[in-house]
Amino acid sequence: MCVRKIRSGLLAGLLLAAAAAAAAPDGEALYGRCLACHALRYDRVGPRHCGLAGRLAGSVPGFAYSAAMRDAGIVWQADTLDRFLAAPAAMVPGTTMTYAGIADPAERAALIDWLLAPAQAACR
Amino acid sequence: MKTPTDTTLILPALARRRFLQQGATLSATAVALLGGCPALAAGSGDGQAAGDVRILNTALAAEQEAIAAYQLGADSGLLSASIRSVALQFQGHHKEHAELLASTVEKLGGQPAAARAHYDFPTAGLKAEADVLRFAAGLERGAVSAYLGAVPLFANRELAKAAASILGDEAMHWAVLRQVLGEVAVPTAFVS
Repeated sequence: MCVRKIRSGLLAGLLLAAAAAAAAPDGEALYGRCLACHALRYDRVGPRHCGLAGRLAGSVPGFAYSAAMRDAGIVWQADTLDRFLAAPAAMVPGTTMTYAGIADPAERAALIDWLLAPAQAACR
Repeated sequence: MKTPTDTTLILPALARRRFLQQGATLSATAVALLGGCPALAAGSGDGQAAGDVRILNTALAAEQEAIAAYQLGADSGLLSASIRSVALQFQGHHKEHAELLASTVEKLGGQPAAARAHYDFPTAGLKAEADVLRFAAGLERGAVSAYLGAVPLFANRELAKAAASILGDEAMHWAVLRQVLGEVAVPTAFVS
């Protein structure tokens, strides 16, 4: 009986630990997926990300956006980023961000939290 | 017996390199086949092609930047001779990717993205060999994700297959760079 309880407790603990790990994606690590095209502080294939919060899509001075992004009329904030990152081409058809998207809402949330955090927002 | 149009002969990087080394006289059909894209040789829908051109050009722009980044590393004076040799080998792969992508864009009726005259790189942070390797590893890791995110978007499945072939090469670069940095070369069972 006692052994069974210990086993059950261990199993429950392992499941909880696994759930906690799965529930806490690391936003900074997730940003590694963006590093082929983006950087925080300078423009690359895609525009810089610092100062993203509240920025009008297609408005970084000097960056050559697609017409689709320039004319999208989107203001980047948590909800619009969530929709865009889920399926960029569905939200902005014709975007040059030819990336299927991040399907996991928890991963999107962690990435967006990190991107919009004060340190990243202020380019520190 | 395998013929020259057999994709098992066409897809491997070695075959692509051989074709590229034969000069700039490739026919459009050969370019399509070079990418393992026999369907392109037979033509494809304009709308689908436009979408595929957009994907290819985004990848091409990233490859061009990677070529410049490896040149920056090679010229930095921070790399040992053996590491510099490997960096230049990886740069050569990116050049091959870029040539293939540009050729395929042209075959699809598009205009290949031009390389920039200048790229911004975090040069102030590159003070030692490990900094250069870490920077390159970040680009390669990003490239893996970028190709992974692009593969399902291609209308032409043969292009998706060619992009997946490039993805595999980028993943090998990333693993080698991690190994040299003393990190676990292959940290996970899946890439994302």
